[in-house]
Amino acid sequence: MSVVVDVLALGCLLTGAFLCLTAGLGLVRFPDVLSRMHAGTKPQVLGVLLVMVGAAIRLHGWSATWMLLLVAVFQMLTAPVSAHMVSRVAYRRRHVRRDLLLVDELRTAEAQDSVHRGDEPADAPPDGRVQPS
Amino acid sequence: MDVVSVIAYALLGGGALLALVRLALGPSLLDRVVATDTLLVIIAAGLAVYAGLARDPTVVPVLVVVSLLAFVGSVSIARYVGGMLIRSAAEEPPR
Repeated sequence: MSVVVDVLALGCLLTGAFLCLTAGLGLVRFPDVLSRMHAGTKPQVLGVLLVMVGAAIRLHGWSATWMLLLVAVFQMLTAPVSAHMVSRVAYRRRHVRRDLLLVDELRTAEAQDSVHRGDEPADAPPDGRVQPS
Repeated sequence: MDVVSVIAYALLGGGALLALVRLALGPSLLDRVVATDTLLVIIAAGLAVYAGLARDPTVVPVLVVVSLLAFVGSVSIARYVGGMLIRSAAEEPPR
């Protein structure tokens, strides 16, 4: 029984660590802020949840379990909020590869707004000259 | 057990190293914000992996603090960049 529980916990820990590695890979490989943030939030949250489950199985005592549960709930509450805020600012500052977007529903609201502003990175082409097809 | 701990720490270290690469390369401020957020969450996951593997519950409160810090940091930098956006829009001449 205890061997089964230990194997389950170690499997959770290893899967969570692997998902953290995929989050880092996605951060390095993906082309712009929105997709990097996608890689940095979604597999990341699942990996942290799995690591918390594994640690809660391995640790003895209820206080550590409740604290790990608190961390997990907090992660699930705050990751969408911070991702939303970062992505909104990224879209407004045009850190977005618009030539890679298939659907851009905010395009009409910002269409007249084609001025360079501040610290656009080199990989975000400005508004006017991105119509490949 | 040793094999499992080596593999888990290697995976977490690889993820943290890749997040550091993005933090160093990242062309804009927001890339660095996303990389810092991911790096802090990987650090929290590493602390939890240590707590689970060593059966050592003393690092668990640190984990709560680290996850709080990640959220507060990324949200405050996002609001700061948004404030720069509002100010630069106000300083533009009307066309």
